[in-house]
Amino acid sequence: MTTETVKFRIYRYDPDKDAKPYMQDISVELDSTDRKLLDALTKLKVKDDTITFRRSCREGVCGSDAMNINGKNGLACLTDFRDLKQPIELRPLPGLPVVRDLIVDMTQFFKQYHSIKPYVINDTPPPERERLQSPEDREELNGLYECILCACCSTSCPSFWWNPDKFVGPAGLLAAYRFIADTRDTAINERLDNLEDPYRLFRCHTIMNCVDVCPKGLNPTKAIGKIKDLMVKRAV
Amino acid sequence: MRAALQLSEAGLKTAVLSKVFPTRSHTVAAQGGVSASLGNSEEDHWHWHMYDTVKGSDWLGDQDAIEFMCREAPKVVTELEHFGMPFDRNADGTIYQRPFGGHMSNFGEKPVRRACAAADRTGHAMLHALYQRNVRANTHFFVEWMALDLIRDADGNVQGVIAMEMETSEIVVFQAKATLFATGGAGRIYASSTNAFINTGDGLGMAARAGIPLEDMEFWQFHPTGVAGAGVLITEGVRGEGGILRNSAGERFMERYAPNAKDLASRDVVSRAMVTEINEGRGCGPNKDHVLLDITHLDPEVIMSKLPGIREISIKFAGVDPIKAPIPVVPTCHYQMGGIPTNYHGEVVVGGKPVTGFYAAGECACASVHGANRLGTNSLLDLLVFGKSSANSMIDFIKQQPLELPELATSDVERSVARVERLNKQTNGVAVNDARTAMQRTMQAHCGVFRFKDMLAQGVEKILEVEKMVQQTEISDKSSVFNMARIEALELENLIEVAKATMISANARTESRGAHVRDDAPDTAETPNGRDDANWLKHTLWSRDGNRLEYKPVNMQPLTVDTIALKTRSY
Repeated sequence: MTTETVKFRIYRYDPDKDAKPYMQDISVELDSTDRKLLDALTKLKVKDDTITFRRSCREGVCGSDAMNINGKNGLACLTDFRDLKQPIELRPLPGLPVVRDLIVDMTQFFKQYHSIKPYVINDTPPPERERLQSPEDREELNGLYECILCACCSTSCPSFWWNPDKFVGPAGLLAAYRFIADTRDTAINERLDNLEDPYRLFRCHTIMNCVDVCPKGLNPTKAIGKIKDLMVKRAV
Repeated sequence: MRAALQLSEAGLKTAVLSKVFPTRSHTVAAQGGVSASLGNSEEDHWHWHMYDTVKGSDWLGDQDAIEFMCREAPKVVTELEHFGMPFDRNADGTIYQRPFGGHMSNFGEKPVRRACAAADRTGHAMLHALYQRNVRANTHFFVEWMALDLIRDADGNVQGVIAMEMETSEIVVFQAKATLFATGGAGRIYASSTNAFINTGDGLGMAARAGIPLEDMEFWQFHPTGVAGAGVLITEGVRGEGGILRNSAGERFMERYAPNAKDLASRDVVSRAMVTEINEGRGCGPNKDHVLLDITHLDPEVIMSKLPGIREISIKFAGVDPIKAPIPVVPTCHYQMGGIPTNYHGEVVVGGKPVTGFYAAGECACASVHGANRLGTNSLLDLLVFGKSSANSMIDFIKQQPLELPELATSDVERSVARVERLNKQTNGVAVNDARTAMQRTMQAHCGVFRFKDMLAQGVEKILEVEKMVQQTEISDKSSVFNMARIEALELENLIEVAKATMISANARTESRGAHVRDDAPDTAETPNGRDDANWLKHTLWSRDGNRLEYKPVNMQPLTVDTIALKTRSY
């Protein structure tokens, strides 16, 4: 089997022993069956078991292994390391407190997600069978419900960096529109009220970093635009 | 998650401990669907679903539990829709259903559309919908906490768990009136698996260490279509939408193995057919080591709307756009049919009696509805039905308990602390990765799709050698902050229990049934396909103490309908 040496520069910080973070230069032997950055990280961890990152499904649906890869947020399990310039520089997602190495504290991110009431609200008693929804109405949810909450988008957004406590951020707003767009949900007005504020929605300045980095190819900016349209329509 | 919802909505104080943020659990990766005889596209009946499940299980499933699950299915799937699940829709607005392996109408006659789907992301949509509903119900989540051990008092009653907060390594006792395990499977005992890194059988390891036997652990499902080389799952829904398996001659070989159901035969049947094709030299690729899953004849519109995730996986992990070229696939370890023995109320049952305060649901449990082979989409259904029923049992049980919790003995906690201490102090030990790799290779080589008498016997010896390695694992990371090296070492201590249970149970069962197929089980008139009902129509129970094996009868008596009588299984 042919092997190759791949060079990395990895952000390291263990609050238990490091006074401050540093970049570690390390390389690893990878073989032809290794494809993804996560394959490389897994082998790096065999070499040095202190290198710390989250991972689970390794197929891009659980959202665990988001990190900053050569300056751009992405999922390690979906990124081909051979496409990357070496040394491959890995940093934790920007804008959130670092717990250790590539692991960030996502409390603020999930707080914003929870703030939009991420569940269908419908107080009418449910029928015996399913609530009916036309294929066209269901189609409206495509591009919205597939979010994996990896936080690549929100942590690439300057508005979220400045105001993580006040601006809902692209992931949360995508989720907000997912419920607004669901014909089974009856709380559109309440949902719009919840975003009617100088920060929560309107701090989006359509920089579109979120669209650029989303590993699932979703478009939070478009969803945010639709919420803004609904706000305007409601006002007139 | 389904159980937590039921408990929280009943007003109980509910703590959910999870190694990962709840939407990152491996349910998220389920693709094809969740079965229920809604009959939205054509006539269907829960009794037909029950027949298919019993037949799929190769008659090892308990017919009371199977009847319960299939009857409850339309109700729990409808509830899930009410919770906000974004199912695909038919033109009349009802839930979209697709054909799936082993789903037939009228007691095995012809394929039926029973799998309720949200594109090929059903598990993702379901896990998120259940999490979201739990947010609404104010369930308390302890995120990134790993349960270490089950607490049983002197009477054997379960009093909760000992758990470690991953961010701080703090070890804490969670005392509870009722404890439910929904810890998933342990597919990571094999080298090639569709399972996530986190699927390490933690619940099974904890149960085994606490003296609870594990049931039917020899039965592991190898999913026919894992991406060759990568192991990532390609849903059976691909074949449900019209996908075809082809060998190196381009032949649709399933027509020879299952003339009626063809590519939609049960998973064990399709996986064996694929391995046979490869072993007989009709595999594809330069090493002739896989077969091809072909959907190039499907309308690209159908692929884009019904199988978008598959297209993405295929491009990312196989380097193939399935609209243009077939996907290289190979049978890959996917699902554990066995687990912690329960009844259909979700109560853990040992020696014919429920263990007070202890419940289990989902892949970690064995009700047993899947028997020797699970039907596709019955796993998501299992979560919904038994998540709910076990929570209802817990609610009834908790109502009868005194308000005060009993005093715990310190010895309960010491066992977990000792394991962590051993690991911290180990010197001249074995690297976790070396021990894990040894285990995975042994399982793959000695206990795979086809099993051989001699290999199994050697496998038992080898896995007991690997166990000694696991007892001496050493980590160099001693940090107290998010120490994943330590977590992986603790996970391996759970995996090895599952690996031992599997190998020892498989070695003892000298017949072929469902996913367990041996070379030395003869195909005779009395034992068709090697299935020996006279001697082996029974559940295995493996106990950690002395690797003891016991057996208990299969429950052939459904709740309200007649027994589905034993029959030779063909598709």
